[in-house]
Amino acid sequence: MAELNQIIGALRLMAETIEKNKEHLTELDGAIGDGDHGINMSRGFAFVKETLDKGGFQNAGDLFKKCGMALVAHVGGASGPLYGTAFLRAAMVLKDREDVHAADYVQILKDAAEGIKMRGKSDRGEKTMLDALIPAYEAAADAVQQGKSAQEILNAAKVAAAEGAVGTEKLVAQKGRASYLGERSIGHQDPGAASAALVLAAVADYFAAEK
Amino acid sequence: MVGIVLISHSKKIVEGIQELAAQMSQDVPVALAGGTDDGRLGTDINKITEAIRSVYSDDGVLVFFDMGSAYMNAQMALDFLDEDSSKVEIIDSAFVEGAITAIVDSGLNKSMDEIKADIASMKLGKMP
Repeated sequence: MAELNQIIGALRLMAETIEKNKEHLTELDGAIGDGDHGINMSRGFAFVKETLDKGGFQNAGDLFKKCGMALVAHVGGASGPLYGTAFLRAAMVLKDREDVHAADYVQILKDAAEGIKMRGKSDRGEKTMLDALIPAYEAAADAVQQGKSAQEILNAAKVAAAEGAVGTEKLVAQKGRASYLGERSIGHQDPGAASAALVLAAVADYFAAEK
Repeated sequence: MVGIVLISHSKKIVEGIQELAAQMSQDVPVALAGGTDDGRLGTDINKITEAIRSVYSDDGVLVFFDMGSAYMNAQMALDFLDEDSSKVEIIDSAFVEGAITAIVDSGLNKSMDEIKADIASMKLGKMP
């Protein structure tokens, strides 16, 4: 079980991880997109950090809602409404809640993926962040089924997201700016899937380090 | 008059469209949401919301956009709009031609439905 201050800690590590990988994400996006994913995400998560610094959250739902709005308002690219929608879906799962359990995490991954599908009119296999997020949800749900520990569930999502992101290299982009390149997008990792994997890795790493 | 909102990743694009339209029609409520608030290429939900509000009336608002995140941010702006969002419509249209036709039409006091009928043939299928 995670309490509010721990969730804030995990979101803080998420923001730091994005900042640290800004150049990497921009390089990935430069290869097949408009080359601004790192900058956009870094700017969005800088405002998430500012939101966390400001504090005053009523509960976990309120925390995710405020962070989601920061992303919607400040990212600039498609990842703004997409990550924003994911966070707002998480806020709905955690409405009025003070603490979060492993089962909530699985539900968040599921609802976030559904929200992104709806907002982006996309699905798995189209070389997007969903190719990291959906496998992460499935792996986390499996881990819950197998009665694994909370940390193992977070790790399962992290590993599956990372593998999913690498797996986008062989896919043809069908959404976003990269879709203009068609076959030429093969051989490059999707920057959105890469950032989604980083975000989920930060959650697992934060709780692993707390032990 | 029907309000017209132009959303683009680029500030120059929306300014250019407004400039072109102004040759034919000057007094139409047109609002621009080009680029991000810190001057990058991209779209900005706050700019879009402000633009919609600034031209909002009971006659309605038609929202034109260029590509990608512009559409998603326009949808999110409508989700969060305080005003009656049923009077605001995002339009699937060739950006330049559709927007200019709509601006000229609005200046001729055409209704939202009349304008939509005029630009119906300019659909690009960019709202999946």
